[in-house]
Amino acid sequence: MTEPLRDLSPDALFAAGEEMELNFGPQHPSTHGVLRLKLRVDGERIIDCYPIIGYLHRGTEKLFELHPFFQNVPHTDRMDYVAAATNNLAYVGAVEKLVGLVVPPRARYIRTLLAELQRISSHLLWLATHAIDIGAMTPFFYCFREREQILDLFEQYCGARLTLNCMRPGGLPFDLPVGWTDRCRAFVEVFPSKVDEYEGLLTNNRIWKRRTVGIGVLDAATAIDYGISGPMLRGSGVAWDLRKAMPYEAYGEVEFDVPVGKNGDTYDRYLVRIEEMRQANRILAQCLDQLPAGPIMAKRPRVLKAPKESEVYHGIEGPKGEIGFYIVGDGTPNPYRCHVRPPSFINLQVLPELTKGHLLADLVALIGTTDIVLGEVDR
Amino acid sequence: MPSWLESAREAVGPTLFDYAVSPAVKILVLMFLGILPLITYLVLAERKILGFIQARVGPNRVGPWGLLQPIADVLKLLVKEDTMPHQAVKWAFVLAPCLVVAPALIIFAVIPMGPRPAGEGLAWYITDVNTGALLVVALATIGVYGLILGGWSSNNKFSLMGGLRSAAQMISYEVPQGLALVGPLMLAGSLSLIDIVESQRALGLWFFVPQIVAFFIYVVAGVAESNRNPFDLPEAESELVAGFHTEYSGMRFALFFLGEYANMIVVSAVATTLFLGGWLRPFPNVEWLAFLDWVPPVLWFSLKVFAFLFVYIWFRGTFPRYRFDQLMDLGWKWMIPLALANILVTGLVKLAL
Repeated sequence: MTEPLRDLSPDALFAAGEEMELNFGPQHPSTHGVLRLKLRVDGERIIDCYPIIGYLHRGTEKLFELHPFFQNVPHTDRMDYVAAATNNLAYVGAVEKLVGLVVPPRARYIRTLLAELQRISSHLLWLATHAIDIGAMTPFFYCFREREQILDLFEQYCGARLTLNCMRPGGLPFDLPVGWTDRCRAFVEVFPSKVDEYEGLLTNNRIWKRRTVGIGVLDAATAIDYGISGPMLRGSGVAWDLRKAMPYEAYGEVEFDVPVGKNGDTYDRYLVRIEEMRQANRILAQCLDQLPAGPIMAKRPRVLKAPKESEVYHGIEGPKGEIGFYIVGDGTPNPYRCHVRPPSFINLQVLPELTKGHLLADLVALIGTTDIVLGEVDR
Repeated sequence: MPSWLESAREAVGPTLFDYAVSPAVKILVLMFLGILPLITYLVLAERKILGFIQARVGPNRVGPWGLLQPIADVLKLLVKEDTMPHQAVKWAFVLAPCLVVAPALIIFAVIPMGPRPAGEGLAWYITDVNTGALLVVALATIGVYGLILGGWSSNNKFSLMGGLRSAAQMISYEVPQGLALVGPLMLAGSLSLIDIVESQRALGLWFFVPQIVAFFIYVVAGVAESNRNPFDLPEAESELVAGFHTEYSGMRFALFFLGEYANMIVVSAVATTLFLGGWLRPFPNVEWLAFLDWVPPVLWFSLKVFAFLFVYIWFRGTFPRYRFDQLMDLGWKWMIPLALANILVTGLVKLAL
């Protein structure tokens, strides 16, 4: 608005409405990090939403070029910091494709175990924050209770709880410690009943349904146009899961279903993610049953070198969507260029589309349902 | 009446004693030994009960079982720096918290915690106003001005939204709340809260049995009225970042906080008086339950209020938050028609009997 409101005629004033610009974040508690949204609102109704990112930019992709292949694994931990194992897996998978390493079966199974545990823990964190954004306080603590057990399992495996650094190109740094499989099995047996608990609080709760059904409807065509992946895409009814479509690690040898939604609204995405936790649990049980013996590291040279003028893209199904690494090699031990396909960044692009016409209260539900991690958006 | 009060009454004369000394003493006792400690410990109880619901411990560092936590909190809030935003509207910013607390505390003046005394005994209430129920509704209405003023004067867009939300919310919920009170008033045929309780004794039933619809409407509207989950939209931590009291700190913030919990107690106390038989024991006319009279009336009253407060806290542990427009929907499209229908049915039944 250029001219002051007092100079407008009553008709023009009415047409102008009572728009106001609202700065949402980067320190807002519900933006899940340092996302900043510039909103134009009319009362509580959102007219326009403009995400501003970059508050957590650390130049990770450049850092990749400065270190040898195997030293880059810790950088991937710090992108999607609530799902380090799947980031590790995507990166080492890309390096293995580039260099041509064959991973032994035991390592493949343990990687699958770690990745699925990570998927559950990431979804738990999503559910916890999503629920508390919508005002349900209790699921937060329930989810963290189970997430804690998963982090304990990680800690027993590799010593770290968050930034795991638990995979290496060609295999794994450690074998499973004694008793780990039993502890993991104990978790797997109990976990479905815990999911029932979360569902008991939310799934049929009328208020929860009113806050999520029909909110942020994303149809399949738009989702594909935006390049959305992961539960966001499946919530819109597209059964696209890289674990099924292009099996990697041990996913070809286990049974699981790919849940899809119907309406593409926040509630469907919630149901998809809940079901994904159950399916991940199923995969865990099968991996524990079928866990083969053998070496955990491929035969490989001490220093990995990519072939000259080589390039590779490897994407896997992370908890938030397709996490992929595009690596260019130039014959040295360092990648020449490493580009990340971050699911959070790409899923975030659809947020302005989703929020249009909704109320301010829906905005926090929609940020929750896109399940972004700013470490990955900004890198 | 204890003998020292007897002698005090003789010293100042019965008129002055009944109209000035006795209410003043009661107010002091009720405030400083009753309501204010209750509010601070209600916060502790809420945190403990929520902790129990949410599989965690709750405060347990300050004193055994966290019992000194409220005192530590109050001390902290008292000595905290009191900030005021640049360009805030000063008078409104200062006035707002007082407007929230004062009416909530005044309401306790008319809430009876025991029967009318026989003869010249001390009564378990400060004053018996013959329009008590009306006074409660009127005073409860004033609190909303505090929230609006606080939100508006803070010079913060989020606070303004919180204030406007609370305005819309409280106006739409006062209507069903007031209408819900009409049911018991019709049954009792009086506006005095003491008469209402006495007529529940005469009926032999607490009013929530014949007035079950009004009771539920009152409970829901009461939760909305005191801005508690699932109707805590004006605060809405995750949306408006504490809404109308974002910019408040120190004791001014504490007053808002105090007001919220005082309102909770008020709503519980009014619900107890109107629907749950006030100080009466269960089934006040059944002879063989007479041994229950051994429990003093004020304890029955407190017990019911505490049970009500527990439900309040339970709500918070269970429900997500309503959205602004859904809240208005519920108020205008469901609760007001229901409350009106309830009045109609009550009237018809009363005519028929």
